[in-house]
Amino acid sequence: MMRAPAALDTPAPVPEAAAEPRRLLPQGTIVHAFLILGVLVFALPIYITLIGSTHDASTIGRGEVPLLPGAHMLDNYASAWSEGGGGARTGFRVPVETMLFNSLAMAVLIAVGKIAISLTSAYAVVFFAFPGRMLFFWLIFITLMLPVEVRIMPTFAVMVNLGMVNTFGGLVIPLIASATATLLFRQFFLTIPDELVEAAKMDGAGPLRFFKDVVVPLSMTNVAALFVILFIYGYNQYLWPLLMVSDRSLETIVVGITKMIGSGDAQSPWHVIMATTVMALIPPVAVVILMQRWFVKGLVESEK
Amino acid sequence: MATLTVEGVRKEFGATKVLHGIDLAVAEGEMIVIVGASGCGKSTLLRIVAGLETATAGRIVIGGADVTRREPKDRDIAMVFQNYALYPHMSVFDNMAYGLKIRGLPKAEITVRVQQAADLLGLGALLARRPRQLSGGQRQRVAMGRAIVREPKLFLFDEPLSNLDAKLRVAMRAEIKRLQRRLGVTSLYVTHDQVEAMTLGDRLVVMHEGRAEQVASPMEVWSRPANTFVAGFIGAPAMNFLAATLAPGGELASLKAGGSIAFIDGRRPLPDGTALILGIRPEHVTVGGEAALPLKVDLVEPLGAESLVHGALPSGEELTVRLSGTSPFPGTILPVTIPPMLLHVFEAGTGRRVDGLYEGRRAAQPASVAKAAADR
Repeated sequence: MMRAPAALDTPAPVPEAAAEPRRLLPQGTIVHAFLILGVLVFALPIYITLIGSTHDASTIGRGEVPLLPGAHMLDNYASAWSEGGGGARTGFRVPVETMLFNSLAMAVLIAVGKIAISLTSAYAVVFFAFPGRMLFFWLIFITLMLPVEVRIMPTFAVMVNLGMVNTFGGLVIPLIASATATLLFRQFFLTIPDELVEAAKMDGAGPLRFFKDVVVPLSMTNVAALFVILFIYGYNQYLWPLLMVSDRSLETIVVGITKMIGSGDAQSPWHVIMATTVMALIPPVAVVILMQRWFVKGLVESEK
Repeated sequence: MATLTVEGVRKEFGATKVLHGIDLAVAEGEMIVIVGASGCGKSTLLRIVAGLETATAGRIVIGGADVTRREPKDRDIAMVFQNYALYPHMSVFDNMAYGLKIRGLPKAEITVRVQQAADLLGLGALLARRPRQLSGGQRQRVAMGRAIVREPKLFLFDEPLSNLDAKLRVAMRAEIKRLQRRLGVTSLYVTHDQVEAMTLGDRLVVMHEGRAEQVASPMEVWSRPANTFVAGFIGAPAMNFLAATLAPGGELASLKAGGSIAFIDGRRPLPDGTALILGIRPEHVTVGGEAALPLKVDLVEPLGAESLVHGALPSGEELTVRLSGTSPFPGTILPVTIPPMLLHVFEAGTGRRVDGLYEGRRAAQPASVAKAAADR
């Protein structure tokens, strides 16, 4: 990073070692300044949220933006966890406990469901010759062009007819079908050499056996990378849960936070909202940190 | 251990005919090498025997049982692939044990068998490693180990040495030969490398455009090629071909390049004036002699102990001579003689070998070759 520009500026024959020490310092400083600035831009809102969650209602209510921690952290988090806040509009308060559980369950089920469906459908499309194989592949592929928002009304209608409104199944199932993941797995499966398939045939492995013993283990890094992406996708769902669920016991945290903000004259309990937000951040961050190593491996490496 | 019979196997991919009726009988414990240029259908034949490909017509019989319609796993065979096809996520042990696990063998027996195969192949210390951590030769050995532990009736090798460097290839070639002898398992080995074919095979199947041109022992294929294709394919540098016509009486051939050669192995039973192709290997051409042909040298390739001299005869036909010792300069005329003893005579129209009447009677076949039903 730092070496490359220095080398480009100097004409080729000049010994690099002599030119470097003088040039490296100012350039390195500038690069670092930009990086620090970038970090600040990203980190500041989170810092303010974190600090905000440690003050009482009146401090933020006055319009102050405190930059130093206050003394009400435990109270705020405890009340958010077990009681929730806001609800001026709806008259309901949903504890973070419930919302966090719902969001987590939804995200995990969506991620696991998507991966399971995509693995099996990609397996079928790549390894089996059946009539209309390419047709099915293209049908899956075309759905890529239809994001949730576009097909949300028909999907909602289907869910109503099936009586799945206000159920956890209704929340999760329509989001499980995934063209992206199917496509990714298909591309990965295509890199598995034919000889490996044939070797497994000679060893006597049937299709399910081959799937379980060879294809799935080889896909593990991809699965890990996809799990991170899909978990965050599921966790961040807003529109669909908003539409699908009116039962507050099924509230997800992303929707819940926005409902805590009062409208009109109602006072928003910012200290609780901030505490809820911080808690809402924990699961995705934890997933990314825990699976970081696999995630990067899965994106970068195509293990053969 | 078992016999293998291939009967009239044909294969078509749509309108493309890949195999035009292959017949082959492999005796118990025999190692047959299928050799041919790429695209001649040799791999397709092997894959049909393996059951990875279905034949359009014909039968495959292994150990007396017709397996034509059986799945690969029910044929009791093992295959070694060109790129080894090891399971990358399994250890060497698991790679070898996988087929046995699927077959539901008891754990103790699997361990014993894998251990034995590993000891045989010198893989004992590598059992816990992943294929990625092995060298090419070691991977090749694991692939063979995977075949051995199954104790199959038939081994199939699909160009197993192609991915190795030259030195390792020679070492592994000897190792495969030794191993096959020791285990005595009937084997079918596909390669495009004629040296591999000559050294490994008890018998060769020389394939060309979906036909088995000759099925015979390596020395037989070399010394009595059945037709001009086999003659040109086996041996390096390739055999020289010279146009000639049969003189009346069939006792001698008049060369297009001038002069004539008397057949000393008997008269050819063909009509007078039949167009012939005479084959002579570069190492058999001699320099000098009474009725020598003038060869205009245009290229000399020194190989160290020997040199290859390329040139043209007065008829314009090219001739390659393998010389030891000093070699002529390009541009000079080299007098060359074709020794009648080492001459191969082919009919120009069909490319078929035509033996002298004495030669034909004399050619008693060795016992193992006699078993070959398909020998033409």
